[in-house]
Amino acid sequence: MAVLRPAGEFDTSYARDMATVRQPWQWAALFGFIAALYLLPVYASSSTVALINRIGISIIAVQGLNLLTGLTGQISLGQAAFMMTGGYLSALLVGRLGWSFVAALPIAALSTGAIGLIFGLPSLRVKGFYLVMATLAAQFILPWFFRNAFPEILGGAQGIVVQPPVVLGVEFNEPARYLYLTLSALIVSTLLAYNLSRSRLGRAFVSIRDNDLAAELLGVNLFKHKLQAFFLAAVFAGIAGVLSAHNLRHINSETFDVTDSIFLLGMLVVGGLGSNLGPIFGAVVVELLTEAATLFGPFFVGIFPSAAGGVQALRPLFFGVTLMLFLIFEPRGLAHRWQIFKAAWRLRPFSHT
Amino acid sequence: MNWQLLPQFAASGLLAGGPIALVALGIVLVFKSSYIFNFAHGHMLLMGALITWWLAVEVGLPLWLSIVLALALSALLGWLVERLALRPMTGQPLLSIILMTLGLSQVLQGLALLLFGGAQRNFPQIFSAADPYKIVTPFTVDDRPIVIILKQNLVWSFVAAMLGVIVISAFFRFTRTGLAMRGASEDHELAQSIGLRIHRIFGVSWALAGTVAATAGILLATSSGLDLSLAVVVLAAFPAVLLGGLESIPGAIAGGLIIGLSQGVVAAAKAQWVRDTTEIVPYVALLIVLLIRPEGLFGQKRIERI
Repeated sequence: MAVLRPAGEFDTSYARDMATVRQPWQWAALFGFIAALYLLPVYASSSTVALINRIGISIIAVQGLNLLTGLTGQISLGQAAFMMTGGYLSALLVGRLGWSFVAALPIAALSTGAIGLIFGLPSLRVKGFYLVMATLAAQFILPWFFRNAFPEILGGAQGIVVQPPVVLGVEFNEPARYLYLTLSALIVSTLLAYNLSRSRLGRAFVSIRDNDLAAELLGVNLFKHKLQAFFLAAVFAGIAGVLSAHNLRHINSETFDVTDSIFLLGMLVVGGLGSNLGPIFGAVVVELLTEAATLFGPFFVGIFPSAAGGVQALRPLFFGVTLMLFLIFEPRGLAHRWQIFKAAWRLRPFSHT
Repeated sequence: MNWQLLPQFAASGLLAGGPIALVALGIVLVFKSSYIFNFAHGHMLLMGALITWWLAVEVGLPLWLSIVLALALSALLGWLVERLALRPMTGQPLLSIILMTLGLSQVLQGLALLLFGGAQRNFPQIFSAADPYKIVTPFTVDDRPIVIILKQNLVWSFVAAMLGVIVISAFFRFTRTGLAMRGASEDHELAQSIGLRIHRIFGVSWALAGTVAATAGILLATSSGLDLSLAVVVLAAFPAVLLGGLESIPGAIAGGLIIGLSQGVVAAAKAQWVRDTTEIVPYVALLIVLLIRPEGLFGQKRIERI
């Protein structure tokens, strides 16, 4: 879809041509939205704040997956395993070694990236479906490692109790405070993901996705860029995992399982593959579906007496049905719908093509 | 390595490989005809076992009748899945198809929980668990003879799984439909041009896969109990499929048996940390296969530039 601009609006400089936020009112809307999110604890209930926390963490993980699967086209079923790695690393650095959270977050994220590189190595040999299998192997081998290796340090099957993070003397020990950490990380990761996707690196990723042979002929180093995509995806997963572990205050080898990896991929598809808004839309919709499952759970338990606690049954059911409907009717996700809506709005009263 | 116990564990592992081979066969069946790797196979298997349990225990039908009914219902489920979920995906990119089967697995997981609940259940014993077979081998370690004790239900599950494999192979080898399915697996367009109804073939292969899945589910449930983790146990079959080669029926069987055997051998190790690796043996094997021989033992080698 071509970029539609209102009549009479011309770019007079390259900076303006590149700009993402173009109009004063867009700046106002953006800052108003961010301010509304930051002020959420003032006017929203604590359960809403906790929900926004979960959504923010999911968005970061899905943004990483978007770089790998959406832009580079390498399907990964191991994103949740990398979240777990990040969570464990931060728990060790903060809990056992007494590092400050500010130092532990980037170190844990970068180390997770290094682990991601190892499981990205098969992308040298295989692609497509076989690569899914290799990343699925990560989803089994990493939790096994955390469950069985060094039980005196990693806590075996019980896992580790994680301390609430302390930044600049402030202890982020309740959802209303934790929100500020999540939102700040989310803003940084969104800026990073957005600018990566339109940089030289992002264009190289897209060229690999669209035609790897042509990309290689154009001088894109396939192996290097695939590994970079794996590294970045794992770094984002690491950040999300660190935030999640400190939010839940506990991590063990069952916190992130293969179902979570499937959910992250599903969020990406529901939101829109390869689009920057996709992870945000997708994570919001899927987390809201989980909320709906919690809401309707008791109702369904009334109808099906043998059902085990409504939410465990409804969460996968709602998610699966939504994912399948999107795959059949709108494989390009909500981000594409949003584009159509914007185009229709700009061309009003004429119908868009 | 604990040489006294090795034959015992290897034999048990090999027997456990039988049902894994049957699961792998179900996945290969679908892949051969429609090039779809069915990640929801584990949950189709779970549904088959749960329906059998429901008919036999809750409704109170005789066991043989509930097994027959469950196999029929699973075939219907497989056919419905193809018709409703995967037919619209024809010609879509790989990611969409993979995600469709993953979404399907979540739907089936939710349905299983909603309709049957998540409790651990006693599955009716099809094969007696008493009187294990005792084989005294002529070999000795430290002057003690090596004795292999095989549980009856494991042995008969293995035999039943192998029977299933033989029936399916014979179906492919000797029937017209089997021939048509083999033809369709070569090239979809070519098959259509000589008058094969490709959609009917997809439907038949999914229905068949549903039946095979339910058979494997019943065998696994009768030997190791029935709960929702059954669908996850099946994940050990994915490496078996890749090990054998995605399109190969003998490969699926060999892959299943090799995975079972290697798990058994690792479980016989003396060192605790080696024994702990039993659960990830299939996935380590998978990584090795992917790095050394991605097409598997019996698969077709595709020349594909990476």
